[in-house]
Amino acid sequence: MTQVPAPRELVTKPRLSDQIFRVIVTAGGMSSLIILGLIFAFLAYRGFGVIRVEGLGFITNSNWDVIEDESSNIVSQDYGLAAMLVGTILSATVAVIVGVPIAVFSALFLEFYAGRKIRSFLIALIDLMAAFPSILFGLWGFLILMPSAEYWAKLLNKYLGWIPIFDVPAPFFTRSPFIAGLVLAIMIIPIATSISREVFSQTPLDRIQAAYALGATRFSMIRAVVLPFGRGGIVGGAMLGLGRAMGETVAVYTVLNIVYQVNWQVLFGSGGNIASLILLKVNEADREEVNALMAAGLVLFLLTLVINAIANVLVNRLGKTGR
Amino acid sequence: MTDINNSGRDESVQTPGESKEMKTSTTPHSLADVASARVAKAPGSTTLGSGLEARGVHAWFGSKHVLKDVTLDFASGTVTALIGPSGCGKSTFLRTLNRMHEFIPTAALAGEVLLGGKDIYASGTDVTKIRLRIGMVFQKPNPFPSMTIGQNVLSGLKLAQLKVSNTDDLLEECLVRAGLWTEVKDRLGEHASALSGGQQQRLCIARSLAVRPEVLLMDEPCSALDPGSTFRIEQTISELSQTMTIVIVTHNMQQAARVSDYSAFMLSDGGPGELIEVAPTNELFSRPRDKRTEDYVTGRFG
Repeated sequence: MTQVPAPRELVTKPRLSDQIFRVIVTAGGMSSLIILGLIFAFLAYRGFGVIRVEGLGFITNSNWDVIEDESSNIVSQDYGLAAMLVGTILSATVAVIVGVPIAVFSALFLEFYAGRKIRSFLIALIDLMAAFPSILFGLWGFLILMPSAEYWAKLLNKYLGWIPIFDVPAPFFTRSPFIAGLVLAIMIIPIATSISREVFSQTPLDRIQAAYALGATRFSMIRAVVLPFGRGGIVGGAMLGLGRAMGETVAVYTVLNIVYQVNWQVLFGSGGNIASLILLKVNEADREEVNALMAAGLVLFLLTLVINAIANVLVNRLGKTGR
Repeated sequence: MTDINNSGRDESVQTPGESKEMKTSTTPHSLADVASARVAKAPGSTTLGSGLEARGVHAWFGSKHVLKDVTLDFASGTVTALIGPSGCGKSTFLRTLNRMHEFIPTAALAGEVLLGGKDIYASGTDVTKIRLRIGMVFQKPNPFPSMTIGQNVLSGLKLAQLKVSNTDDLLEECLVRAGLWTEVKDRLGEHASALSGGQQQRLCIARSLAVRPEVLLMDEPCSALDPGSTFRIEQTISELSQTMTIVIVTHNMQQAARVSDYSAFMLSDGGPGELIEVAPTNELFSRPRDKRTEDYVTGRFG
């Protein structure tokens, strides 16, 4: 009958300096959460009234009308985000479809093919691209890219027009979600590249060597070892890029033609996204319309949150099988 | 054993069963006893497998000279152990034999390595074909974790884009030769990470056998394994040596004595590693010609 003693309570009393440092570090760590929480609370507070009035129609209806009489009294107002929501999803999807493969190829090039000098040069260049002002991407997209992209859009329409989303109701190809998506693609390449490259560079050397020792070519080694290992990173980079593309304002505002009509036809010059709508309206809006824009911001906020949550789940699930 | 017709050397031929029995019944008193229990196979005593010859091999990492003028023959169908203290260049030397050395940035090399009489470093040589003929097993088991056990064994075919008509037979044959078949035959669809370390290492051996190499290089294949798994892999080596040329780097001199026909002792005196002595294993352990070899094999240093 030996008696089992109760576990002792272990107390470590940290020094004062450590306690102070702990407070500082904790404050730093929590600050982003607090700021994000405050923004969310602010958007919800201002936007709640509008969402309550509009109900589900706020995301299914695509009119954005404020009708005033001569003395600037509001006669009627109607807010719906459907067109902008579709435009957001469409242009961001184009961006991911075009941008992510380019990013993955450039990450593979940098990690496995590039010589040391060109590698460090290109990495610096891509980092620079990430910090490049988005209005310049927008201007370049509008002035330089659009004329060529219009030709590609026409080609796509000519040969793939039988697929509904490549069809157009009228031959009007400029300022379309497709072209906005191309500009966004260029903007998400840096982040998608650097995340994929980061993950590829962590591929265990012994696995790479095992593949080479079995007579693998560089290509077959990448397919059998690097891509399975880096899958999670590719998806994570794509999702971060998607989040960035959905939230992008200025570049889209410059390129896209904002039309309050749901348009699923990616090549047709009509659309807009939520962020560019806010930018367009916020200066001349009265208080009620600003509230509606806040509600739109809330929708965008939640959409990005959901995308990031999905990204996390995918990264965790895919990450396991390849490692 | 039909490939051996030299009756004077019949005692050197061990069937897998006999070799196992002998190992378990022998209590080794000294390395020389263990080594002399095996009689070295004569060069060319088997017809399968190609011989490998290193001719004046030097190796550098950047400006550091790590391997100096190693000339060593690996006759076909023999097992050669490379022994020596850490840092003597034996792993580097092994990696020059199938051109894995050049993966390390700044690595450089001089000399020739001849496979079947042809220099594997000659310009115009397809390095992937060389590595198909000279397989390698690494220190740490490194199966591909994204693949199943079966896919791992056959992965070399996919990696080198080889076509094989009956992969089921090949799969079974490789796993049998690596001594893993009975343990995994009912779980070929499981992921390789479900296996123990020793099983993973035998899986890696099976994987390198699937592309039918003529030479197998093993870089301390048992150093991460427990004695039971080590024993199984040594058995596998004996069985494989019937049909191929094997070069094994080992820190374990008992192991060198147990599995090899020839042993090569390498040493670095602070400078580049050099080949000190090569001899049939029983001779190297019982009558080393060089004082430094004797000091090492008797455990006086290293």
